[in-house]
Amino acid sequence: MSFYVVQFLSGLASAAALFLVASGLSIIFGVTRIVNFAHGAFYMLGAYVAFSLTERLSGALGFWGGIVSAAVIVALIGVLVEMLLLRRIYRSPELFQLLATFGLTLMVEDLAVLIWGPDDLLGRRAPGLRGAFDFFGQAIPTYDVLLRVLGPVVLGALWLLFHRTRWGVLVRAATQDRDMVAALGVNQKWLFTSVFALGVFLAALGGALQIPRDAVNHTMDLRIIVDVFVVVVIGGLGSITGAFVAAVLVSELNAFGILIFPKISIILVFLVMAVVLIVRPWGLFGKPEAAARQTPGLAVQPWRPLSAQARLAFVGVLILAAALPLLGSNYALIVGAEIAIFVIFAVSLHFLMSVGGMASFGHAAYFGLGAYGVAFLAKLAGLPMVACLLLGPLLGLFGAIVFGWFAVQLSGVYFAMLTLAFAQIVWSIAFQWVDVTGGDNGILGVWPAALVATPARFYWLALAITALSVVVMRVLVFSPFGYALRATRDSGLRSEAVGINSKRIQWAAFVIAGTFAALAGALFAYLKGSVFPDNAGIALSVDSLVMVLLGGVETVSGAVVGAIVYKALSIWLVSYTELSKLVMGAVIVVLVVMFPKGIVGTFDGLIRSGKLSFFKRGSQRATQAEGAE
Amino acid sequence: MRRQGGLLGIVLAGLTAAAMTSSATTAAFAQDEIKIGEINSYSALPSFTEPYRKGWQLAVEEVNAAGGINGKKLVVVSKDDGGKPADAVTAANELVSSEKVVMLTGTFFSHIGLAVSDFAKQKKVFFLAAEPLTDAITMSKGNRYTFRLRPSNYMQAAMLADEAAKLPAKRWATVAPNYEYGQSAVAVFKALLSKKRPDIQWVGEQWPPQGKIDAGPVVQALAATNPEAILNVEFGPDLVKFVREGNTRGLFKGKSVVSFLTGEPEYLDPLKDETPNGWIVTGYPWYDIKSADHDKFLKAYQAKFNDYPRLGSIVGYGTIKAAAAILAKANSTDTDKLIEAAEGIKLGSPFGEITFRKSDHQATLGAYVGKTAVKDGKGVMVESVYRDGKDFLPSEEDVAKERPKD
Repeated sequence: MSFYVVQFLSGLASAAALFLVASGLSIIFGVTRIVNFAHGAFYMLGAYVAFSLTERLSGALGFWGGIVSAAVIVALIGVLVEMLLLRRIYRSPELFQLLATFGLTLMVEDLAVLIWGPDDLLGRRAPGLRGAFDFFGQAIPTYDVLLRVLGPVVLGALWLLFHRTRWGVLVRAATQDRDMVAALGVNQKWLFTSVFALGVFLAALGGALQIPRDAVNHTMDLRIIVDVFVVVVIGGLGSITGAFVAAVLVSELNAFGILIFPKISIILVFLVMAVVLIVRPWGLFGKPEAAARQTPGLAVQPWRPLSAQARLAFVGVLILAAALPLLGSNYALIVGAEIAIFVIFAVSLHFLMSVGGMASFGHAAYFGLGAYGVAFLAKLAGLPMVACLLLGPLLGLFGAIVFGWFAVQLSGVYFAMLTLAFAQIVWSIAFQWVDVTGGDNGILGVWPAALVATPARFYWLALAITALSVVVMRVLVFSPFGYALRATRDSGLRSEAVGINSKRIQWAAFVIAGTFAALAGALFAYLKGSVFPDNAGIALSVDSLVMVLLGGVETVSGAVVGAIVYKALSIWLVSYTELSKLVMGAVIVVLVVMFPKGIVGTFDGLIRSGKLSFFKRGSQRATQAEGAE
Repeated sequence: MRRQGGLLGIVLAGLTAAAMTSSATTAAFAQDEIKIGEINSYSALPSFTEPYRKGWQLAVEEVNAAGGINGKKLVVVSKDDGGKPADAVTAANELVSSEKVVMLTGTFFSHIGLAVSDFAKQKKVFFLAAEPLTDAITMSKGNRYTFRLRPSNYMQAAMLADEAAKLPAKRWATVAPNYEYGQSAVAVFKALLSKKRPDIQWVGEQWPPQGKIDAGPVVQALAATNPEAILNVEFGPDLVKFVREGNTRGLFKGKSVVSFLTGEPEYLDPLKDETPNGWIVTGYPWYDIKSADHDKFLKAYQAKFNDYPRLGSIVGYGTIKAAAAILAKANSTDTDKLIEAAEGIKLGSPFGEITFRKSDHQATLGAYVGKTAVKDGKGVMVESVYRDGKDFLPSEEDVAKERPKD
């Protein structure tokens, strides 16, 4: 019996750490609507700074002073980030801030290694809390007791802060309706900055408190960030109590789950999230999101199909691209094929996000399913390449049918997180089902047929399929189906009122996007010759989001440019620079500031407002927009 | 919509230009040098790959100082794979088609090693895998183009099982990261130990995800199975967390622990004064090796970098030394000649003479087996003995059975 009590208490200690970080994320999201990908980076910085301080200061005061100072220092860094970077992009399309915080995360990872070196660092133990005490023959570490107490204390302090101070009232009001708060004359700038500072402080404190238990290292950020998002979503966005309950739930299920299924940890949080979101679409303590007030851009200036001139230009660019084998080396062709494949992948996510208004955080699931579909058919069934390319993506189609049905019942960030959960389920099946998928050693030897084995031919094949896919998806945008889909995006209620079955339309869009992603995955398998669980991993899902956001969410085909720029840049940087993540992160941050609506989106806006007179002639829309002014 | 096309055009034109310049530079490469390609997870795993890079840099310097390869200068072109197999294949493509390297070397993670080895097989390029431990790379997924330097998972398990069999413990529990490396390490160790000691019971197992161990509950769950001995395969930050929780909760008290790789400075050094006492481990006690070969390496390394070597340094150094020896013996850059030269080649290493076995292309590089201890607030290996890899290779029958015939 005492064993179960101690196991329960161990779970509570793990929960406390998770809760501190999650509460910060939840507060930031609630008020600013920023999906703060850099939250894990702040957590990690908290640990690194606390390590440096506690190595230099001595005694109990030194240790605890070091922990708190570290959190304060990192919070100040957070304030700088908010004032210098995020303030510039609050008016950008939804989720665009994620791009900025992703860039920051990349930079912090390389900077941490530059400053603190590559080795894992062992932080000091807390003075006086080194050992454990005995509980009916079971050991309970004294430091865990502190953490266990700290969780509820922080929860209580936050409750008081939000319910007993004017600032807290404003924060709660902003969480509910920030436009109204602004309309009532509250200085939003400082409210956002202070909220961001508090959130970062909590993250950094959570990181700093880990140093007596963990090894400080440069992968801490990614280890925690996804779990923290999951906890926030299970609890319900913006609900601190929810985050606490969710942290306890997840940690306890893990502590007891491993007694029965020792391999459960790898997937547990995602299973819990999937179940919770299917049963309670807004998390345990969340409330339905108020209908977001759309940025007016899309409604005021609706998309139009390409003019005849633009179509000619498209064909011209395609011919130019097809001429690459005449000029480029084999390596350039291989890179070209990879970029083309990522164009399909990004455009498919763009279709879902921009046209359907559904941002998926787990789009790699269908890419991965397509890749595995091909690998199964080629290796197990021994089918020829043509058959594999045609049939392989069906696995992605099938996955999208199943997962999509559940996902479209949700909206906003809850939709995004459910897709993430499904992607992680796909990933962990690929990872765990060693007999069929080969586990993380993957499936090898998926090479293209002799007919397209040369780099030039494979490049042409990829280019042709890419061009076709982009055209098909554009045609869909301007088809009656596309109009219906855009109606569900712009106003769910009104589209229902005119008789559109919005869930069915969204489901269809999900399946279309998933199938094209699977097609990209199928080609990718042949390009690389092997398939790994990575092909359905979080990193790839994030990459696809970055490409779409970089291109511009509010455009028809911005993802094409986003994919080309991001993929070309990342291949080049990894190959030619030592600090590829630092440079990549910096480039993303600069691009975010320069192009606050994405690259294509910003150009679009400039042309419409007539600031780019060079493009004005021949662009119908630009003249019209001018007339309207 | 036109400007989208325009932008696309600009980017593509830029790409084309880049491609042209890169092909132009490679066309003019010197005839008096030999280029080999090297790929590793530099940005994903700096704690291993930084010392590794220093190791191979030292080797390149020594090779060229001694006259290069039959008079030609050795050049290593190094690329980062970011910890992703797909990016490793891109890098391999670049090295082979743009840089025109004569062979590929490197890689750390097993799945990346396998991806590159399959690439090597497809493109008929020689590949010397440095670090990946998976048995598959020389056994079930082996191919004639791929060789491997480090002692494999099987070999390390065999070395440890020998020691474990001498322990009185009968109730064993295991803890390992939940991926191929951890799974196969546990499976091989279990099989080998149970064969030597049929009286052993396997009472519990824990499989935390790699990089995300929730150490408290894991330690508690292991303790609940009441084992007399524990096999540990955790490494890196997971190992630190596991050891800290285990120490605090008294898990290791009165139990024997056998642990993969823990004696390697990369993993032992971060434990500092919390290093547990008396774990039986494989590793690299650079401070405690008394041999002329190693002294020479150690002095050169410390003189050049003003730092002590990690196991990564040995692997990096050994890889390029082996590549150079193979190139010199083949006296050609033809892949078939290289394979012929590599099979059965004998060459020196800081650990003594090694060879690549013909049947499975595995090197006979060994490892040190010893016990952990704390000295002056630092973790060290004591009572270390070198176990020559040739005594722990999988049997020829097993190779014949598992390795595909080419």
